This record gives sequence, C-alpha cells and structure tokens, in this order.
Amino acid sequence: MTIQRLLVAKPWIWSFAATAIVWIITVLFTGGASSFGLSQAALTFAAFSVIVGIGQMFVITLGPGNIDLSVPATMTLSGTLALKLMDVQDGMIVVGLLASVGIGLVVGLGNYILIKLLRIPPIIATLSMSFIVQSVAIWSNRGLRIKPPETLAEFATSGLFGIPNVALVALILSAVAWVLLEKSIYGRWISAIGQSTFAARMTGIPVDGTRLVTYMLCAVLASVCGYLLASFSGGAALNMGSEYLLMSIAVVVIGGTAVAGGNSNIPGIWGASLFMFLVVSMLNTYGFGAGVRLILTGTIIIAVILLAGGRQSGR
Amino acid sequence: MKISSGTIRLIIPAASLVLLLAAVFYMQPRAMSYNGLNLLFNLAVPIALATIAQMLIMSVNDLDLSMGTFVSFCACVAATLLQTSPALGILILLGAIATYAVIGVVIHLRELPSIVVTLGMSFVWGGLAVLILPSPGGTAPAFARWIMTAKPPLVPMAIVASILIAAVTHTIVMRSSFGVLMRGVGGNDRSVERAGWSVIGIRAGTYALAGLFAVLAGIALVGLTTSADANIALRYTLLSIAGVILGGGEFVGGKVSPIGAVIGALTLTLAGSFLSFMRISPDWQIGAQGAILIVVLALRLALNRLEKREKSQ
Repeated sequence: MTIQRLLVAKPWIWSFAATAIVWIITVLFTGGASSFGLSQAALTFAAFSVIVGIGQMFVITLGPGNIDLSVPATMTLSGTLALKLMDVQDGMIVVGLLASVGIGLVVGLGNYILIKLLRIPPIIATLSMSFIVQSVAIWSNRGLRIKPPETLAEFATSGLFGIPNVALVALILSAVAWVLLEKSIYGRWISAIGQSTFAARMTGIPVDGTRLVTYMLCAVLASVCGYLLASFSGGAALNMGSEYLLMSIAVVVIGGTAVAGGNSNIPGIWGASLFMFLVVSMLNTYGFGAGVRLILTGTIIIAVILLAGGRQSGR
Repeated sequence: MKISSGTIRLIIPAASLVLLLAAVFYMQPRAMSYNGLNLLFNLAVPIALATIAQMLIMSVNDLDLSMGTFVSFCACVAATLLQTSPALGILILLGAIATYAVIGVVIHLRELPSIVVTLGMSFVWGGLAVLILPSPGGTAPAFARWIMTAKPPLVPMAIVASILIAAVTHTIVMRSSFGVLMRGVGGNDRSVERAGWSVIGIRAGTYALAGLFAVLAGIALVGLTTSADANIALRYTLLSIAGVILGGGEFVGGKVSPIGAVIGALTLTLAGSFLSFMRISPDWQIGAQGAILIVVLALRLALNRLEKREKSQ
C-alpha cells in the first residue's frame, strides 16, 4: 500500500523505472560494450529535450488549453540568427547567447500579446506566431550553413568528468526551474492559476503578469536550446526544431505533469527525456526499420500514459 | 431583426472567404471561371473533410493531434491496398475507424488527456504508413480519381463537394439527435449521463464518425494527387485545428459549426493561393498565412464584442 502511495505521490518514478529497464535491455543486447557511449549519447540528446520540456512544462502548468506550439520555430530562428551574428568569432559567443535570449523574449511577448489582446486560444496564437517566426528564420537563413565559433562548438560537444556539457547546462537550468517552481512565489502562482484561474484572480495573484512571464520563459528556454543545438550539430538547419514540438509535449506528460494543469514536476522530465531517447536507440540496436520503430514509440507512449493513469482524482 | 448567435458566428468566416475571393479575382480575373475556381479550391476538399473530422473530436472537448498522420496513413492505404486488393483495403480502413472508436472510449474511461493519446497514435499511424508505403508512389483507385476529377455542369466539383460536405455534416451535427447528444457531451457530459444516455457509446460514435471523415479525406487526397507518401498530409493536423477555430468553433463546450468548419478550410486553402497571386516571396508565405489567421481571429473578437453589447442592451 505504501509503495502504491509513493507511486501516486511521485509519478516521475515511473519514467525513471522505465528508463532503467530500457537501458538494461539495450546494454544487454550489445553485451555491455556500449554502456558508456550509450549513456553519454542519452544524456546529450535528453538534455535538449529537457531544456525545451521545462519551458513547455511551465506553460502546461498554467492550465487547460495552455500550450506553446512555437517552440520549434523559435529554436530554429534563435539558432540561425545567433550563428549568423557570431560569424565564427569566439569573441561573439556571449553576444550570440544574449541575442538568442532576446529572440526568446520577443517571441514570448508576441505570443502573449496575441493570447491576451486578441483572446485567441494559446494553441492557435502560438501556431500563428510560429508561422511568422519560421518565415523570419527562412528569410534570414537563405540556406546558408554558418559554423558555430570553435570554442562554442568545442564546449557543446565535449564534457566534464564524462558528463556532456550540454547535460550539465540542462541540469543547472532544471535546478533553477525546480527552485522557481517549488520554492518561489512565482511557482506557487502558476500552480494556483493552473488549478483555478478564477480563484487565483480572486486571491489577488497577478494572473496576466504571471502568464506573460511563463510564455516568455518558455520561449527563452526554446531559443537557448536552439542556440546549443545549432552549436552542437555544427550549424543551424531550418528543420532543426521540428521534432521537438511533439517531443517537448511528450516528455512533459510522460514525466507525470498533469495535462489539466496546476501540477508539475521536473525530475519526471529528465526521466521521460532519457526514456524517449533510449527507446529509439534500443529499437535501432535491435535493427528495426523506421516504420516499426515509430509504431513501437507510439505504443510505448500510450502504454506509459495508461499505466501511469490519467488526471489525478479529486479534480 | 433576430439573428441567432449561430448565424452571427458564421458571418465572419463567410465574410473573410468572400473578401479573399474578391481579392483573388481582382488580381487574377482569369480565376473567375469554371476551371479557375476548380483549381483554386481543389485541394480544399480533403482539408475540409479533415477539418470536419477534427471538429467532431473537438465537439466532445478533445483534440486530435494525429489527424495529419492518420490522413497520410489512409492516403497510403488508398493508394496501395485499396487499389490492388480492395477487400483487404476496406477491411484495414474499417479497422482504423474502429481503432478511433476505441481511442475515444479509452480516453474517457481512463480520463486520459486526449492530446497525449493522439500524440502517441500519431507515431503509430506514421509508422504504419511507412510500412505500407516505404517510398512515395502508389496509384489512386479509379473511383477516387473519377470523383475528384468529375466535371459537373455549371459548378466545379470542388464547390459541389464542399457544399455537400457542409450539408451532410450540418444534418448530422446540428439536426440529428445523435448530434445533439454529441454536443451535449461536450457541454456537460455528466448531465447527459444522468439523463440516461451512455456517454461511452456517444464518444465511441463520435470518434468513429471522425475516423470515417478522416478516411474520406485520405481517399479524396489520393484522388487528387494520384499517388501518396507517408508524409503527404502532415500539415493537416494544424490546418484542421485552425480551420475549425476560423469557422467559429470553440475548444470546449461542444460549440462547433460544421458549415463554419468547411468555410474555414476553404479560407485557409484560398489564403495559400492568394499569397502566390500577391507574388509574395516564398520566404514570407508561411508567415503571411499566420498573419491572415491572426487578422481573421481579431475580426471575430470584434464581432463577438458587438454581439455581447447587443445582448446586454
């Protein structure tokens, strides 16, 4: 009974348990030869999902209907413009980072202006915004592939004590996000808004300000992720963000954040991100084709959701 | 001078469609012909069908993020199995519709978020489509080709089809008792249940109907393009959601409008043609589509405010 209660109270345990199982299965198949490389790759790629996932989690916590579909476009624009600005010079790395944060702020602000002033549902507002952002990215990119500055590329692809640097960045960001969510008044506010916007407004919480900050935070995290991803993969590509749309939502939900809002958790995002990457690499290791791999990925997502149960009762 | 709120909801989508059409005619007078209209609206038929499917799901307060991959999957089945061994093809498509019904029931029973379940299903449909048609190809079944290229007198096929889709779905959703129950589940499923109806049954029916329309969208798409590939309709997911919203539908509360949804789909299709007539650089075409979406929604907001003011008076 206590174990069951623990599982209900800490839904992220599911995702870590699943991750461990998949990791063991994959390593067993390769006879243990790949365990180090596999862990490193998993940490690296999970890091990108974690960064966008945290942003998406904050937005989803705001309650039903809140979702940010402009994540991929923001990633692409930020990667493209930052690399263009840095122009392979090491001295411009910080400027590039600031620029990408700036892009995030602008996109987030734009998203919320649409949501608030035009009363458009967030899903449509962020979708329209992403069209515009994507157009700007296409216009500025022109199919050129600019390399990242050497120091930055070196940083993004290497690691410290065997842990990839991008994973460390993601870890620091998660720690900050955890403090924001669990220990700060802002975190209490977004949970309160997610549970009942009306009640939150009645208690005097600045609902609009909080929502604005949340959408901006999500866009900034997406653009930082785009900056890192472009540096990691040696250049920005116009479709570099596309897989992160579904991924950012999937990791949040598999990680145990309530889709109805008002309840979120950060460890779960790590578990889910590692899990999603490991599933794909496990299926690769077993030599499945693309079709079977997709089907199994989808089946596993649904199975995890079915097992972990839906919305918590009491709503 | 009593206009129902349902009619008012239709004014903005209809007006934006007429406005866009007038703009297109102004810039390209040759489009004002049988063939011109057919070309302008041809691709709207599968989009309209997919939008209707999405609208059905939205009428019970859910959202289908697998619409694009599902229509792609149906297109792949239509271009291969439905052509070579019709019996097997029909069986698979029926199975897919049944799967939709099951998803609708599972989402309700386990109180799962529809976004996530359909997200998972989008991987499944995508995978199945790749398995059936690993590389672009296939042939359209003769009947689909015949329907989509038919040339009825006076009015082009695309228009006839759109009106037919709107009329049929309007009858089902707004006039039939099943439609009322369906929107009732979207409005307040508990009171529908208390009134003695089976919410599970209604949801299964709604999802199955949505599956049917999505299958038709896939077949219509293949009839137009004559071949298929696994990614042929991916953008339908977002297009269909945008179409429903443009047409005056809401995400929650069972407030939907089939006629509006079809008009929304036509508007979105026309927006694409409009932009190419404007000679806007391809770089900005997606962005301009986003801008059009924003403008139309802003107009709708203005009209809603007007409506509210009149009510309060």
